Amino acid sequence: MVKPTKVTNRIRSLRFAAGEMTQAELADRVGVTRQTIIAIEQGRYSPTLEMAFRIARALGVPLDEVFEYPEEAK
Amino acid sequence: MPFEEKLTWVNLVVTLGVAAAYFAVVLTPLGEVPAAEIAYQRPLLIAVGASIVLTIIGAILTAIGTAVSGEISGRDATAEIERKDERDADINRRGDLLGYYVASAGAVGVMALTMLEADYFWIANALYLSFLTATLVSAIYKLVLYRRGY
Repeated sequence: MVKPTKVTNRIRSLRFAAGEMTQAELADRVGVTRQTIIAIEQGRYSPTLEMAFRIARALGVPLDEVFEYPEEAK
Repeated sequence: MPFEEKLTWVNLVVTLGVAAAYFAVVLTPLGEVPAAEIAYQRPLLIAVGASIVLTIIGAILTAIGTAVSGEISGRDATAEIERKDERDADINRRGDLLGYYVASAGAVGVMALTMLEADYFWIANALYLSFLTATLVSAIYKLVLYRRGY
């Protein structure tokens, strides 16, 4: 019954690229609960723009490398 | 589990437990004596007070439990207890809003009972029941949002 958001993300692979950062470490850096990071990774929660920027900063990459929004089907 | 989700569980369990005890006390004599003669006032006040006190005690025990398990597993429990992020706040808001609708619908029912000049017993208990239902619906909805996502 998971209703996924249309926003996709690469947090999981970016965490591994950033020295195998754990979900807990990322959560601490962003200042959110670990469960929120898990929910975002699984597409169960769309973060606010501000949190999205903080996640990108914590992972050391630009915002659009972390999150993607698919083109509208024409 | 986020600390805020634990507190939602505490709220749910306390509300259910207190309501079960209250209705067991108040509704048991219903078959034998007329509703108007049942002294519901004291139990109702105790139930409301107990809900508040037990929720606070439950929150304190949950914090202690979190701190102890954090100590054992080497996690930073203080951060865990203090941390409340935008997702917690959003889930809270959505749950409270749904609870508000439920309580409002219940209030309309209570208004109808008043107009029909029902016994005070039924009016008071219908009001308690609408608050109760609102709290339960709100807490369950919050837990669904935590688990299922939105």
